[in-house]
Amino acid sequence: MSWIGRSLPRLEDPSLLKGQGRFVADLAQGAAAVKFVRSPLAAGAILGIEKPDDGLVFTADDLVGVKGIRPLLHRPDYVPVSQPVLAKDRVVFCGQAVAAVVAEDQGLAEDLAEQVFVDIEPEDAVVDFAQALGEGARPVHPEAPGNVLVEGNIRTPGFDAAFASAAEVVALELRSGRQTAMPLEARGGVARFDPLTGRVTLYASVQMPHMLRTGIADVLGFPESDLRVVAPDVGGGFGQKMALFPEYVVLVWLARHLRRDVAWLEDRRENFLAAAHSRDQVFQVRGAFAADGTLLALEADLKSNVGAFSCYPVTCGVEPLMGLAELPGPYRFSEYAARSRGVTTNTCMMAPYRGVARPMLTLTMERMMDVAARRLGIDPVEIRRRNLIETFPHRSPTGLVYDEGSYGETMELAVKALDLPAFRRQQAEARSAGRYLGAGFSVFSERTGYGTPAYAARGMDIVPGYELVNLAMDPSGFVEARIGASPHGQGLKTSLAQLISDELGVLPSKVRVIAGDTDATPYGWGTFASRSMVISGGACKIAAGKVAERLKSIAAAMMHVEPEAIRLADDLAYAEATNQTVPIGEVARAAYHQSHRYPQVGPGLQEQALYDPAGTFSNACHACIVEVDVETGGVKIRRFVVAEDAGVLINPMIVDGQIHGGVAQGIANALFEELVYDEAGNLLTASLADYLPPTIAEMPSIEIEHLVTYSEATITRAKGVGEGGTIGAPAAVINAIVDALSPFGIDLFEIPATPQRIRDLIRNAERTHHV
Amino acid sequence: MKPAPFEYVRPSSRAEAVAALAAHGDDGKAIAGGQSLVAAMNFRLARPAVLVDLNGALDLDYLRPEGGVLRIGALTRHAAFHRPVVEGPLGVLLARVVRNIAHYPIRQRGTFTGSLAHADPASEWCLVSRTLGAQMVIANVGGERVCAAADFFKGTFTTAIQADDLLVEARLPLMGPNWRSGFFEFSRRAGDFALAMSLAALEIEGGVIRAARLGVGGVADRPLRLEGLEGQLVGQAPSAALFAGIGEAARDLISPTEDIHASADYRRDLIRTVVKRALTQAAS
Repeated sequence: MSWIGRSLPRLEDPSLLKGQGRFVADLAQGAAAVKFVRSPLAAGAILGIEKPDDGLVFTADDLVGVKGIRPLLHRPDYVPVSQPVLAKDRVVFCGQAVAAVVAEDQGLAEDLAEQVFVDIEPEDAVVDFAQALGEGARPVHPEAPGNVLVEGNIRTPGFDAAFASAAEVVALELRSGRQTAMPLEARGGVARFDPLTGRVTLYASVQMPHMLRTGIADVLGFPESDLRVVAPDVGGGFGQKMALFPEYVVLVWLARHLRRDVAWLEDRRENFLAAAHSRDQVFQVRGAFAADGTLLALEADLKSNVGAFSCYPVTCGVEPLMGLAELPGPYRFSEYAARSRGVTTNTCMMAPYRGVARPMLTLTMERMMDVAARRLGIDPVEIRRRNLIETFPHRSPTGLVYDEGSYGETMELAVKALDLPAFRRQQAEARSAGRYLGAGFSVFSERTGYGTPAYAARGMDIVPGYELVNLAMDPSGFVEARIGASPHGQGLKTSLAQLISDELGVLPSKVRVIAGDTDATPYGWGTFASRSMVISGGACKIAAGKVAERLKSIAAAMMHVEPEAIRLADDLAYAEATNQTVPIGEVARAAYHQSHRYPQVGPGLQEQALYDPAGTFSNACHACIVEVDVETGGVKIRRFVVAEDAGVLINPMIVDGQIHGGVAQGIANALFEELVYDEAGNLLTASLADYLPPTIAEMPSIEIEHLVTYSEATITRAKGVGEGGTIGAPAAVINAIVDALSPFGIDLFEIPATPQRIRDLIRNAERTHHV
Repeated sequence: MKPAPFEYVRPSSRAEAVAALAAHGDDGKAIAGGQSLVAAMNFRLARPAVLVDLNGALDLDYLRPEGGVLRIGALTRHAAFHRPVVEGPLGVLLARVVRNIAHYPIRQRGTFTGSLAHADPASEWCLVSRTLGAQMVIANVGGERVCAAADFFKGTFTTAIQADDLLVEARLPLMGPNWRSGFFEFSRRAGDFALAMSLAALEIEGGVIRAARLGVGGVADRPLRLEGLEGQLVGQAPSAALFAGIGEAARDLISPTEDIHASADYRRDLIRTVVKRALTQAAS
């Protein structure tokens, strides 16, 4: 019996559901409270900082010898920028940390912080693309006079000829508002100082504990072994918690300087102002189509607002360079010319957020397909059929290699699930009753589980990607897997336990996965880029397989058969030919305590494994039915179908949960969430009264269909599935809205599609028709 | 997100509460449900030196029809209105409106008169009070006075309540059996502040509107009652054309406010729709 493929209840849930989870704030007892004083202005020179006479207040001048955070890409078109952990001479965004105060509790810390006055000579803020890239724009950083921190370019040799042969050119400009990842638990850390050793343990709500340790030790200039980083239960991250933030550096510095325990628990307002933002992109494209709807060539100019700094370690190249590399998506065309820029502004730094570039590039390609279909008189589903990748491996115009997938099949499955012909009849009936329904599709690829080669190709100074696992079965027959990856709430421990159980023939409840503690786990990279199941899972499978071989050798010797004759299952080692069994626990005890009997195996049951794959593409089609209230511009999502192919599903319930959450964040991007800065660089949406994540009342129920393509690209045959929901949803929702409003002849190219934006378009259309 | 330091007193009666407010003057602030005040304090946008907690003043906890009005004491929670609190159209109207107020947990704590005293322009109860002609009972150590809704709302977060006053009761006129009501609110998400909302009450007899109340909220610094348009409804038979026309007239009468969720132009456009829909529901 296999544990893979079963919706095993999550091993993590009993404590979480009983309110017994251990999050950073649960670990802060007894620590002094730290509060950061933040810049009230987006840009300016610091003239002075007035501190109260009493109280612990620290500024950049106190941080002697502390370096800036300076993430690097080794590319000629990358401009490195150093981020001071506390602003020294200038501030470059509203919310930037300028001082840190320490007091006995949070309330007193806030009282003290109010008494710190930062005197700033304001400068004009550079907030949007027009201001950053316009003639004579003021540089945000002197190092980058044109405000471009990174730029990528590509042009395939046959581009011009292919473009010239087009029957129809579709030119579009797409815009995505700025979003934030909005983890339920904001950032936070508790730094505990050990006076005996001088060592600091930092408990922090992060996705990359090992990277955080490296980064902090480098910036503060001490050996990594002087610091232990622990990510306890983490209440979501979605990319926001994978960067090295200045606050954590200051926290560790304070613990060492004051020789005491200190805690910083971010509030929601700080999280809005200073954690990390995402999206805020403008994509201009021109698609060259043949008369039969075949996309021949694509030209693109992609702009990503990366904010005031580059995030460590992945840098501000993440969004622009992924946009450049992956814009072609699931489509077959081979001629491509594109430029992609990361533009710095006086706004909060960007970090990767679930989906990274792909929600926007999918919106771009899927809007383009619908517009081309309309212009050429082809059904929107049919035009996709004519362009989707069908043969594998497929090599994209940017050199990416797509492993086996089911692009056409997932689309057909979604079309069927929606019952499109029946919907078209419903739509017509509804219209005659003054109701506007629409259907929209979005087909996409999701590049997941990629190892060092992909990051090395980007020119990263710090090349992440591999995962190590140290796996041991102890003498009692229980298993400990110490992983370098670090879950942030996604149930990874359960899924890995299922994988390991199948290799070792023990119950998942006998497998303890140990993660998120730099003292207890091998160096690894954490959670991001839909990688944990593929890469850490692959390493677990290899390590468990190696331990299984040791078990089999010993069991075979115990039963006097060949190791190949042994099968591990149900906590037993079976010698099937002779119908003998030995409990795995007995084999394990023998491995440790009777090792002299098995010299060919050697003592113990411990193995390390590494996995560093090239990557694998998941794929999916999202299909959605909406109703638009044309008098208000309000949108209700009536149905949402996801036809997904993530290869072999280790735990289908957890996979569905990933899709549900991702789709919610994608719907948020499409309809609700938008961070808005005013012209002076003040964030106008710094509370949950103004920034609007959808609630359960706005969420449709999500219908999921799975296809399983067996790909050779991953050792577990599982593909990553962490980001697909956010990638596909915006395009499906927007295409459905446009379909609903087709009687008005309206097109929509900006998200979020707020009621006001939709109603303004309808009113414009009504005015035009009346003329 | 911790409030600035404050003192806290918990009087055990209305008289003690009024005395406490008088003692502290501008420094004192009454708190009942705290659903707006505590958030403002945590952001340090509100910094009362003394909080006067009404929750111990149990003589403010009442809700009863009496003398042709519904008397709503200052400890009456929003959730009390989830089911009709009086026989007849008023109870139905209040139950219809209350579902639009924020979220279930907030409705368990927040109070009717607390909403009126806070005077958020997007408050449903402010719109109800203004449209139906509520009377506010305001007490201080000198006694009590009654203030008409028309004179009570002075602007965003501003009312006729003075520093040492306590709003102890709101009185809503009961409605006769031929009254019917409609309410329509448009907001970004369930429970959000209204971008625009309208309350309509129509007394219909023999297919003709005999009397009307019509109000719009969420669009100006205070709730608006559209008495001129009420007059245009009286004597007419309800019809889609009539209500569409009134919606357009309402739109043309009002110069709305704007914020990041809705421009003035979009709000003006919404007014037409919310008024039309509230009237249509009232007549259906």
